[in-house]
Amino acid sequence: MLDASKVKIAEDFSKMISNKKIGVFLFLSIALSIFCGECIAAGSEKSGVMETVLKWFPLIFTGFLLNLLVSVASMTIGTIAGVFLGITQMSQIWAFKKIARLLTQFFRNSPWLVLVFYTILVIPFEIKLFHYVVPFPSWIKATIGLSLPVMANMSEIVRGGVQSVPIGQWESAESLAFSRFKTMWLIIIPQCFKRMIPPWMNLYAILTTASPLISLVGINDALTLTRAALEAEGGRIDLLLPMYASLLIMFFIYCYPIAVWTVRLEKRYAEKI
Amino acid sequence: MISYEPFISLRDVHKSFDDVEVLKGISMDVAKGEAVCVIGPSGSGKSTLLRCINALVPITSGSIKVKSIEVNDPKLNKIELRKTVGMVFQQYNLFPHKTALQNIMMAPIQVLGQNKEEVQERAYKLMAKVRLEGKEHFYPGQLSGGQQQRVAIARSLAMMPEAMLFDEVTGALDPETKKEVLLTIQELAEEGMTCIVVSHEMGFAREVSNCVYFTDHGVIVEFGPPDEFFKNPKDPRTKEFLSQIL
Repeated sequence: MLDASKVKIAEDFSKMISNKKIGVFLFLSIALSIFCGECIAAGSEKSGVMETVLKWFPLIFTGFLLNLLVSVASMTIGTIAGVFLGITQMSQIWAFKKIARLLTQFFRNSPWLVLVFYTILVIPFEIKLFHYVVPFPSWIKATIGLSLPVMANMSEIVRGGVQSVPIGQWESAESLAFSRFKTMWLIIIPQCFKRMIPPWMNLYAILTTASPLISLVGINDALTLTRAALEAEGGRIDLLLPMYASLLIMFFIYCYPIAVWTVRLEKRYAEKI
Repeated sequence: MISYEPFISLRDVHKSFDDVEVLKGISMDVAKGEAVCVIGPSGSGKSTLLRCINALVPITSGSIKVKSIEVNDPKLNKIELRKTVGMVFQQYNLFPHKTALQNIMMAPIQVLGQNKEEVQERAYKLMAKVRLEGKEHFYPGQLSGGQQQRVAIARSLAMMPEAMLFDEVTGALDPETKKEVLLTIQELAEEGMTCIVVSHEMGFAREVSNCVYFTDHGVIVEFGPPDEFFKNPKDPRTKEFLSQIL
């Protein structure tokens, strides 16, 4: 099953590359930025643009891996917290319901960057537990910051999914003496699970593209390293576009297959319903 | 077969949804082993009545007694009540992610904590009882409406209830598949299962039930044994309803 889906991703990816429109677009954008760079560089005796971009690529790529680590980690935290928050939104206990709704709305309507700044400032850089000192590096704090809006959006995905299950399912479960808790976990969630996957993947793609926000709090992610590389090259104007273009392409190559796969899943589930 | 101690007893039951009073003082007695049909125009409160009996909706005032359980009690043991009274719905409401057999086995195992092997054996027997041998591992989506409804009946029976409530169970079925479902209910009634059937099936009401109740606008207009009820309806509203439907 897993292997099959991996094969599918690979197929999607090769299709994406072979897709004419996108291939042409990618090629043109790279060519244009390099051409611009080479034109500007032509008059001077500096090293070629392409050469410089490739020289820095391994370093920037390690930063990109940090972006992925942060996005995967905050997605994991946000998803788990969001499922519980989403279910609490439908609690029969008035206070729980209100608090869950408030938290969801608050974090859903807050700018992600501000939330990242906030957690960086609020969480101390180390915590003393008895005699041990647990360090809290910035990237972990940023991960927590990003997981807050993910949690809130996940909460809404869960609420929407649960509410898409017909009320009759609740009634028949109740008439069979199922408790609300068991109805939710054994009957309702398994039914809406599939329907929640596409919006969840969408959320992940959005999170990944938003992950360079962490560069603003001094984390050595792909964007920070790109800027550092540009600085190290003495702020050459001819490098600006090609360097940022290579960064964009890294994200695009990672996120586009997710988008394609999401659309495919959406179509497949839409047919079944 | 019928004893005169009422098994289900309603006294002056009122139910309002916000400002709308749906049940305006319903009283009825159903003896153990009796099969009762409730007929009446749509919106007359028939479905609400059934939902009140197994506490899916709380009543506004009055008393509903099932066996020795008072339903209109804040300390009501809902599990006890729902073990005693099973309910089947118009829209079947099978769990679509489970096979027919799993649908039947789920509540006894998950709610009552019964032994899996015993429950499975009972589930196979129930599938045979509703004439669906061989369909045990089909998902609800692979079954016809009538077949799904019979699985739903088997699912309720798996809790070994002493009474069954049927809420327009043939309402969504075509005439062909209706028959199979009605036959299953008829067999249950003949075996002595206490049944309350809300239905538009007059033939079924006449042949199977011990007593027919006609409700309109939240009250019981008239009731009596089916022969009497269909031949000599007394209230003009009953007459009008029967003339429209027969």
